[in-house]
Amino acid sequence: MIRSQVLICGGTGCTSSGSKAIQKAFNEQIEIAGLSEEVKLVQTGCFGLCALGPVVIIYPDGTFYSRVTPDDVPEIVSEHLLKGRVVERLVYADTGEEKVENVADVSLSDTAFYKAQHRVALRNCGVINPENIDEYIAMDGYAALGKVLTEMTPEEVIDVVLKSGLRGRGGAGFPTGRKWSMARTLVPDADQKYVCCNADEGDPGAFMDRSVLEGDPHAVLEAMAIAGYAIGANQGFIYVRAEYPIAVARLKIAIQQAHEYGLLGKNIFGTGFDFDIELRLGAGAFVCGEETALMTSIEGKRGEPRPRPPFPAVKGLFGKPTILNNVETYANIPQIILKGADWFASMGTEKSKGTKVFALGGKIKHTGLVEVPMGTTLRQIVEEIGGGIPNGKKFKAAQTGGPSGGCIPAEHLDVPIDYDNLIAIGSMMGSGGLIVMDEDNCMVDIAKFFLEFTVDESCGKCTPCRVGTKRLLEMLTKITEGKGTLEDLDRMEELCNYIKQNALCGLGQTAPNPVLSTLRYFRDEYVAHIVDKKCPAGVCKSLLSYKIDREKCIGCGMCARNCPANAISKTDYTAPGKKLPAMAIDPQKCVKCGACMASCKFKAISKE
Amino acid sequence: MKSLAELAAIREKMKDRVVLREGQGDIRVVVGMATCGIAAGARPVLSAFVEGVANEGLSDKVTVTQTGCIGICQYEPVVEVFEAGKEKVTYVKMTAEKAKEVIEKHLKGGSVVSEYTIGSNQ
Repeated sequence: MIRSQVLICGGTGCTSSGSKAIQKAFNEQIEIAGLSEEVKLVQTGCFGLCALGPVVIIYPDGTFYSRVTPDDVPEIVSEHLLKGRVVERLVYADTGEEKVENVADVSLSDTAFYKAQHRVALRNCGVINPENIDEYIAMDGYAALGKVLTEMTPEEVIDVVLKSGLRGRGGAGFPTGRKWSMARTLVPDADQKYVCCNADEGDPGAFMDRSVLEGDPHAVLEAMAIAGYAIGANQGFIYVRAEYPIAVARLKIAIQQAHEYGLLGKNIFGTGFDFDIELRLGAGAFVCGEETALMTSIEGKRGEPRPRPPFPAVKGLFGKPTILNNVETYANIPQIILKGADWFASMGTEKSKGTKVFALGGKIKHTGLVEVPMGTTLRQIVEEIGGGIPNGKKFKAAQTGGPSGGCIPAEHLDVPIDYDNLIAIGSMMGSGGLIVMDEDNCMVDIAKFFLEFTVDESCGKCTPCRVGTKRLLEMLTKITEGKGTLEDLDRMEELCNYIKQNALCGLGQTAPNPVLSTLRYFRDEYVAHIVDKKCPAGVCKSLLSYKIDREKCIGCGMCARNCPANAISKTDYTAPGKKLPAMAIDPQKCVKCGACMASCKFKAISKE
Repeated sequence: MKSLAELAAIREKMKDRVVLREGQGDIRVVVGMATCGIAAGARPVLSAFVEGVANEGLSDKVTVTQTGCIGICQYEPVVEVFEAGKEKVTYVKMTAEKAKEVIEKHLKGGSVVSEYTIGSNQ
């Protein structure tokens, strides 16, 4: 009889910080303690607090252990599992340092990180074992598919999705129900239709789709079958990045288990409905996340976008009517069917319903995955859930939407986040990457980083994107090197707008956003680079110089020993009260690595 | 799988396994499992509660967990029952047999088995 369950995160974050070894250690220790009959180990998907991994939760009390090492396991087993004493030093406290007042009460759901969250798409992540279809079924899995096939017409299904107000979670925010309805009705005599899932998550810093696939793969399969029934398709494809090995492995297991149970394949639930799903592994091109390029890639061709119209709902994969939805969009579908459109529409803002998952990264205490109702403010996400900026630094901006999005400055921290508000302030929802930046980040450098990414990833098919982004990057580089002029700013703006209007696909149309939004909110930083030849954040190397304050230098020579370029040597000057002559940096030789500054114990070295 | 009934059967069968993770039930049974408790025989008491609660179909509202030393070692095995809005009940010198009675009368029936409580044993 099982009285306690040990949940170990098997997501990518925790796996890379060693959760497999912890699982092995638990297995051994539980065996040694003779608890195999009463304690069960469960490998789950991502809990969301990736920064604190590897993460272990022990139920029924819900004690949340963070940063566990294999050496801690014997103590957890003998103290917690055997004697019921919580191992206090491993319990996660909200700030990481604060003393927990009552450890018995520190369950995961009580932490500030989880309290403000509302988990719909992630409801099973970190709760069930994703490699066990039975656990998914226990959480009402496949009940929505059963309900749809036995009680609803395809039109009714589409109607529920329409009424729920669900919009595409891949970034553009197109109403999902409309997409399905078009695929059902626009080509009435189609002999074949397809359901595709976009799991080609490519934004730097975004990993919510990966976590859903790793933590709850059956939800996506079930939703795709429901979509198939709704539009009249019997074949699905999941286009997933080959760089997501755990997600791919769990999808394969899930598809196989669903087949064994007859939840995929022929004659599902004896209703005569057939549906099958195949995986297609993407080689990692960012452009393949764009819908038409993705379908071209599934067809076995080079992943390049096609002009629209015709839209995929008319002529998509292999020339047949196709719907393509994002992983997170699908993850919402089964619950919308079971709980109803009104339940879903009760969350969120007027035009953006439901919740959104964000991958929180950058200068933030709780790096990880959060799911909040639409309309939550950026301030709540950054300060309450994310725990604020570490090291007492000041918030400067948040970047949403990855290379397609923009930077949101502090003045807009209180804007409720939804699709339309983000566009109004010059960013976009994107797939949900949210990178927090503090005063040490240079906004020109950030814009340059994203431009470098899009220049690399531009497929080259259309000129505005292929040449335009390259020219834009050249201008940005010029500015970061202190060689820009104020006229460059106007030229950049003009070029940005030209690319936006003329590029063939979403990649090019949104590529200038990082530049435009930083120009809009942080123009003073651009001006500082151009006019003062200074980088206010101290990031752009060409504009930096390191200096040794000869009055503070005691001449210990630590900096010179750490300098990789031999740029530091003794001077003739000895400061009053010091025994050795001061050191000085030769600006000609200096490579601006900052090693000297980090090594100086007397704070005699500064950069400007 | 050819029917919804089969799906429902799997769901029912598996429910117990995941219900543990859905958070706390209304009633919490805490068994003292420190060295003193274990030496006095807390383990069979814990097992009796875990099994009894599952067999009686109380898993939805009763959570059985363990704790460390409560500090009254001479009365071990000690079991405490917490229920929202009610005062805590402390059972002392428990056995597996007494546990079954507590499940039947207290957890199911709602009336405290006063002869086993700490008040009657002092």
